[in-house]
Parts: sequence; C-alpha cells; structure tokens
Amino acid sequence: MPAIVMPPARGARFLARRRRSYYLFIVPALVVVGAVIVFPWLFTLWMSAFDWTIGSTAHFVGLGNYQKLLGNQRFLESILHTFYFTALAVAVPLVLGTAAAMIFHREFPFRGVLRGIFVMPMMATPVAVALVWTMMFHPQQGVLNYLLSLVGLPPSLWVYSPTLVIPSLVLVEVWHWTPLVMLIVLGGLAALPTEPYESARLDGATEWQLFRYITLPLVAPFLVVAAVIRTIDALKTFDTIYVITGGGPGTASETINLYLYLQAFAFYNIGNASAVVVVFFVIVLVLALLLLHVREKTKWS
Amino acid sequence: MADREYDKGPAQQRRRLLQAGLGAATLGAIPGAGQLATQAQGTFDWKRFKGEKIEVFLVKSPRGDLLTRYHKEFEDLTGITVGSEMIPEQQQRQKAVIEFNSGNTSFDVIAISYHVQKRLFGKNKWMEDVRPLLADKSLTDPNLDFADFSKGGMAWATQPDGRIDSLPFNIDPWVIYYNKELFDAKNIAYPKSFPEIVDAAAKLNDPAKGVCGFVARGLKNANVPVWTSFLLGYGGTFVDANGKLATDTAAAVDAAKMYQTLLAKYGPQGVAGFNWNEAQSLFLQGKAAMWLDGIGFAQPLEDPTKSRIVGKVGYGVMPPGPKAQVSAMFGDGEGISSFSKKKGPSWLYLQWAANKANQFRILQAAAGAPVRNSAYLAAQSSTDIKAPKEWIECMLTSARIALPGLPVIAPVTEFRDIFGIALTNMINGADPAAELKKATAEFQPILDKSEKT
Repeated sequence: MPAIVMPPARGARFLARRRRSYYLFIVPALVVVGAVIVFPWLFTLWMSAFDWTIGSTAHFVGLGNYQKLLGNQRFLESILHTFYFTALAVAVPLVLGTAAAMIFHREFPFRGVLRGIFVMPMMATPVAVALVWTMMFHPQQGVLNYLLSLVGLPPSLWVYSPTLVIPSLVLVEVWHWTPLVMLIVLGGLAALPTEPYESARLDGATEWQLFRYITLPLVAPFLVVAAVIRTIDALKTFDTIYVITGGGPGTASETINLYLYLQAFAFYNIGNASAVVVVFFVIVLVLALLLLHVREKTKWS
Repeated sequence: MADREYDKGPAQQRRRLLQAGLGAATLGAIPGAGQLATQAQGTFDWKRFKGEKIEVFLVKSPRGDLLTRYHKEFEDLTGITVGSEMIPEQQQRQKAVIEFNSGNTSFDVIAISYHVQKRLFGKNKWMEDVRPLLADKSLTDPNLDFADFSKGGMAWATQPDGRIDSLPFNIDPWVIYYNKELFDAKNIAYPKSFPEIVDAAAKLNDPAKGVCGFVARGLKNANVPVWTSFLLGYGGTFVDANGKLATDTAAAVDAAKMYQTLLAKYGPQGVAGFNWNEAQSLFLQGKAAMWLDGIGFAQPLEDPTKSRIVGKVGYGVMPPGPKAQVSAMFGDGEGISSFSKKKGPSWLYLQWAANKANQFRILQAAAGAPVRNSAYLAAQSSTDIKAPKEWIECMLTSARIALPGLPVIAPVTEFRDIFGIALTNMINGADPAAELKKATAEFQPILDKSEKT
C-alpha cells in the first residue's frame, strides 16, 4: 500500500496508521474463513478439473467433467427431482403453516398446550423420523395402508412406487417442518397492528377480505423468511431421502445430493463429485439471489 | 465333551495333549479335536510380541461380534492388547478406502468383504502379502494347518497375481429358504430346476391371503446377487476373457426375465424397495413361500421370539439351472494394512482369528459358513450346535457348488448400482433385454477405465 508508506500530511498519516492497525484485527477471522471456506472451495474447484477416482492416478481433464455431466441423463434427472421435491416441500408447509398460525393466533382453551404439541415434530431427529416413516410406509405391514383400508380406500405403494415416491417423501417433510413455518408466521401475526382491522370491519369487510388484503400483505416479509429457510432446508435434504428410499425405486427419488453422495462416497469418483458440487453451488446461488430479490420487493411494499 | 475344550485355558488344554501322549500335529487329523491343536503352545512362541497393542477394524455383523467377544482369549494367549472398532459395513468400507488412500491407516488389521473390496485392495496393494509371513517359522504357528482352508475360501483370498493378502474367514453362499407348511398344504415338492421354482412360486402365490410365492431383494444395488444367482445357473459370466461385459447375453437376459417374473408377478407389493430385512420380516411372518438370500439367516428364522415359522423352515440348495448348478457366494476375511507398523502382532491376530476354534464357533452361533473344512467335520460329531442339521447340510452342499456372486472388479459398487437400477426398473415393468443393454453400455467404459489405471 503505497499510500501508507508515503503519507502526504500529518492527519492523513494518522488515519493511515489507524487503518493499518485495523487490518490486524481482521486477520484471525480472515485466516479462519480462508481455511474453512475459501480454501476447500477453491480445492473443490481444482479437483473438479481432474478425472480422479480414489485408488487410481488423476488426469487433468479441464472442463471435461462438466461436459460429461451435461450429457448425463441421470444427473439431469436428479436436478429435476431436486426442483420437484423442493417446490413441494416449500409450498405445502407454507400454506399449512400459515393456516395453522391463523388458528393458533385466535383465543381458545388449551391454546398453549396444543401449540406445544404442534411444534413437537420439529424436536425429533431427522434420521429417527425417517426410520419411523419407513415402517409406516411399508406396503404390507405399514400403518398408513391400514388407515386407508379403514376408510375403504385401496392400499397405496407410497415410497415403493416411482410416481408416488417424491410426494410421499414430501409428506414426511411437511409433517416435520410445518411447525417451523407456523412459528415464524405466528411471530409475524403477533406484531401486527389492530387499527387496520377495526377500520376495515367498519367498512364491512368479510373475514376472507381481512385475511387477503390486510393480514397476508403484512405478514409477507415473514413468509419470505420462512420460504428462504425452507428452501435451504429442502434443497439440502439428504437424511430423509437416504434413509427412506436411498434414491429409489431405481432413481425415481435421486436428488442432486444423493447422486453426489453416491459419486463421492460409494464410487469414489472425486473429480466427478466435485463438478457436481460446483453445479449444485451455482444452483443454490441463483436461487438465493432470486429469493433475496423477492425479499427486497416485499420490504419495499 | 470335545467341543467344549477351547473354553478352557491353554494350560489345561496342553495338559490334555500330554495326557493323550500325542503330538499336536497328529491331533489335528482327528475330527472334532482339531480345535485343540491351534492353541497348543508347543514350540511356537505366541508371547513374542507381549506388551504391544494393535488396532483392529471390524464390520458390525455376527462374525464381528463373535471375534470381539473372544478378544480376551487372544490377549491372554499373546499378551498383545487389542483395540477394536466395529461399525456397519457401508461406513466401514468408506472409512477403509479413505484411510488407505491417505497413505496411513489408524488400524493394523482390517476385515474385508471380498465381493466388494478384493480387487480394489489388491490393485493398490493396500494389504500385506502374507506369504513371506507364512514361510517364516518363527512367526507362524506350526498348527495353522493351511491346507485346512477350503478351496472357495482360498480363491477369495488369493489375488490374480498370486498374492495372498488376507486369511479367509467366512463364505456366504446363497440358498433358498422355503416355508414347509405352505409347500405341504399344496402338496408341492422343493423345486429341482429353474422352471420348477417359477412353477412353485405361481402355485403358492396367494395375494388374497397376503402370501407371496417368492420374495428376494428388489432394492437397487442389493438386488444384483439375486439376478446373478440365476445368471450363473444359466451358464452366464460377468466379464469375458477380453474384459468385455457379458451382461447382455442370452443367459443374462433369461436370468433377468426370471427375476422379473418371480418378483413382479409372484413377489409382494412394493418389492422394488425391499432389501434383505424387509424380505426377512415377510418370510418370518409366514407370508412368503420362498426367499432367496445369503445363508446367514438361520438364527432369526429359528428364534421363537422373532419368527412365526420356527421348525417349519426348509433350507434348500439352489436348484440346477439349464446349464449349471451354482450357488452365488459372498465372502469375508481379515488382512493386515500395508501401512501398519506392527505386522508381526497383526499376523498373530490373523492366525488366531482364523483358527479352528473360532471357525467352529461360527457354525455354533449359526453366524455364517466357515472356510475351514475341519469346522464341518467337528460339527458332525458335536451336540453343541444350535442350528438345524438341515441348515448345515445345505451349507456344505452349497459351499461345494459356490462361485463368486459378483464380478471381481474394482468398481463393484458402481456395477451393483447401475445393474441394480436396471433390475428395479424391470420390476416396474421395463423390458429386461433393453434395460440390460443400456446398463451394459453405461458400465463398460467405467470398467475399461478402472482396469487401465
């Protein structure tokens, strides 16, 4: 920094020295961030340019791995599965969570206890939840088909059917994470002013109109926060899918994460797996930017 | 009496030997008394590495449990302390590869699944060749009795270049468990050919009662040995002499068609998601007439707290196919990490683990099929075996006709994944020939690459 070495005036020199001493304080953070985030990231990028399977020598292939991914039907399908799963696993809890929040926002007996019971699924460990659902999904011995038979419906194949597997997995996510959305929205509802409702009632607005034109716009920023959190969670979902279906039947529920896991830890194709990570990173980045953009817009209104 | 000997201390056993007035070597030839020989100390100095400590990396399984239970015996015998880690096989395999690849391992001795890891470990020379150790008289117990290991076991433990980088421990031939009650009710005999299996499955399949004719793994990856069991009977192979896949040949397609018929038509609903445990629980409940899987499941099937069909289980040898009678086989053993600094103590551990007493214990606990011939001889005269006699006979016959149930190549897991998906698709209605063609085309370049580097 030449400006620091050759200060033109006394005041500037003082400032420069102060600035220099500030740099010292960010060094620890810089080292930590560099070591645990930047370096692994760059290293992944570097590995993605190699054709490297553990147990054999690595060859530099440049963008070869990415080129192969573009033509890899299984990988492209896994991206679709990820989007399909994420869309459902964000939208359904948002709707149900908002509805639940509206209910719990009202006064009724035992509200506190019931609210406590409602958030209990959130406290359970994902793998344990997945194992229990696996048993419930079982086509012969599972409780879900028993319940269907009670109401006279034919048994379903649930996660054992290629077409039903993703909606069934979303069911688990919905059960597990709707309470989280409910909590966030409930917090938003508690902060709402009462005046707009009073004046709207005077004007003869219906309950639906109150919700649609007052409540919804006012809690929108909270909904976006919930959507951001859910999107991150849904995109990175691994445990539930891995435990319940392992990506199957066939590849019907194989998301990017599962494909990545297989490539890296079952086939040991480190180069290919690194390329998948980079592509996944770009997808997450684009989605995050999109959601931030939406958030800015809701703030403005 | 004889089969209880090894529960006593080495000193007592030695006394017995002296009483008999026979050398340990001659004793080894007597059935049932073979277990004594290994631990008779004679001239061999088991204590030469006294005070050292080795790390053993095992797989959580009935065999892993068995070795861990008797580690104290090894510690008393040698004065070596054993630190052991035992984790589920998927995680054990991952951890092993990562550690070996890093060029340094935290363990000295490792349990290996031959059907998955043999080629990968052999290619990279990750495990020590035990031939020089075998030749070293000061390190090898004269009573190891190398000739006692079965051919199948040694075939697993020997690499293509002749290196022996492990001692075999157990083989796992595939058999058909059948429900005698269901068979008798319809007056059907155990099938004697492949068409008879399909025939029996068709007759016994009774969806109205919730009983299926046949159950086996449908879950991708896990399902591949079911198909290869048929493939080998149809005279098929995995890879030809030129390294070209033979997985879309007529034999392979016929085997796949049989797989599709049995599972999609006469299997339970949702079988595409079944691994061995789902299949087992169905069979335990008496809801399946036949179940094809590895031989190690006698214990739960005969356990009254878990099984509704105790005493009604038939243990059937894989019937002959159109070309050959083959039982697809898995196997496991123990080897010494090439990076270990304690090869001597580790070699003692290997000898102890594969000794006659431990081999006999596998049978006793119905934990698998031992690789030592003496274990079966001992079992015939023993009254201390919980497993049914029929199971032991089935195992003996199966071991004789056993061939590796998976190709001995490095990317086994990818092979299982790609062909597993094809098989699952078939259960859901896809055409076997087309699926196999697609899978073969997808896997051939992966195989070529793995053999080149």
